[in-house]
Amino acid sequence: MGGRESTLVLLDKNGIRCDGRKVTEPRRIMIKAGVLKNADGSAYIEFGDNKIIAGVFGPRDVHPKHMSNTDTGIIRCRYHMSPFSVTERKNPAPSRREIEISKVIKEALQPSLMLEKFPRTVVDVFIEVLQADGGSRCAAIDAASVALADAGIPMRDMVCACAAGKVADTIILDVNNEEDQAGQADMPVAYMPNLNKVTLLQLDGVLTHNEYKKCIETAIDGCKLVYQIQRKALTDKFFENGGNQ
Amino acid sequence: MASVLDELKRKEIVDLLAQGKRIDGRAFDQPRPLSIETGVIPKANGSARVRLGDTEIVTGVKIQPDKPFPDLGDKGIFICTAEVLPLAHPDVEPGPPGEDVIELARVVDRGIRESGMIDMSQLVLEKDKSVIGIFADNSVVDHDGNLFDACSYATTAAILSCKVPKWEIKNEAPVLVEGHESAPPITTIPVSVTMGRIGEHILVDPNAEEWDCIDARITITTNSDGNICAIQKGGNDGFTVEQLLKCADISASAATKIREKLKQTKG
Repeated sequence: MGGRESTLVLLDKNGIRCDGRKVTEPRRIMIKAGVLKNADGSAYIEFGDNKIIAGVFGPRDVHPKHMSNTDTGIIRCRYHMSPFSVTERKNPAPSRREIEISKVIKEALQPSLMLEKFPRTVVDVFIEVLQADGGSRCAAIDAASVALADAGIPMRDMVCACAAGKVADTIILDVNNEEDQAGQADMPVAYMPNLNKVTLLQLDGVLTHNEYKKCIETAIDGCKLVYQIQRKALTDKFFENGGNQ
Repeated sequence: MASVLDELKRKEIVDLLAQGKRIDGRAFDQPRPLSIETGVIPKANGSARVRLGDTEIVTGVKIQPDKPFPDLGDKGIFICTAEVLPLAHPDVEPGPPGEDVIELARVVDRGIRESGMIDMSQLVLEKDKSVIGIFADNSVVDHDGNLFDACSYATTAAILSCKVPKWEIKNEAPVLVEGHESAPPITTIPVSVTMGRIGEHILVDPNAEEWDCIDARITITTNSDGNICAIQKGGNDGFTVEQLLKCADISASAATKIREKLKQTKG
């Protein structure tokens, strides 16, 4: 990882992490569907200290026209961090990091969408990180998938995302900012829980093959927890009785 | 939009895979022939020309004093870029890098950085003020698929073969000391292995024709101990957990031969 020197105790002898969590305990997650008036679908997520809003438009006409595909619809994605979302002001122009994250988020969401039903159209996913903590790309995917469902776009599955990582030689669920900076590895994972497919996988940091396996399994356990929260956000919006009809 | 010819090519590739064959006759876990030449650009501090099949990269490493990153005052800096030159492929147009090229540079950078290949703590001239910067710039001169591995090998070879000049701090500014070049502080040799999935088949080092057909891809970088140090999944579909575990095994074994080859470029 970054190799930053730190006096922070990432994991104490009772197995408690720097923010008081247990090894396999995620941060607090809250998702609300349908938070924007103009977007076709939207969602707001708080994931630890991440505060992220996602808006979806489409399927709609493609501009510029040359991007359109006569065989299928396409998805575009913009992940953007507000200048005030981090400690030091961030230049509002998209950075190389944001462009890469936009691309991997697009590829994480695309397998869940039945875009072939909408040739010559585009689904635009706009993600604004209002406040960033560790794991913002995972939180962004969680919100975007709910926003896509909120927009009524035909989907094969939800996409849920959560990171796992390694601190103090221990595999942990849901890496926070401090653990990302001072820890040994960070592995964001996006997963379609019903189709059992991993649609985003990245790794920064060194893992043995056994740790790699455990990390994927841990992250997928986290994804399944997120999935329940995503479902609840959607049923809360669409069913007054919480979906028990 | 896929043309009729693209569709026919895809069908041919998929049909061959069903018979256990690849379009260029390789085994599924066999990368294309790799050739590495170092010291090709004498004006650079380190350089390499790498051919992976018909994909060709020229990479130069420039080394110069720079300011450290604000939160990493006791570490040198490493910056890696990539450019796909317009002469590399008819579809490439001059202009600012698109998302594919930005991803390429960041994946190559991540493999070198996260493996800890270069001991950055040995590249400090004056803590918090002046450090040595290593800049690796990849130029793709011929594009026949899998730029990730080709650029990664070229960057690694250029770093391994580079000579680090010596600077001393005088009046708070770094001054070059002539004739005192040394080998870079290398701790491990990272090797990236990119695999494409077409249906159930996992193909190591897809060429351009295969690359156009892959459902999903994954780049796994391992270090000299065989441990995994960086991963990037890409493409428009996913992987099952079983496939991901299989890919990790394939990458570790495919990396061994390539690492031996890279080791020989050490100056």
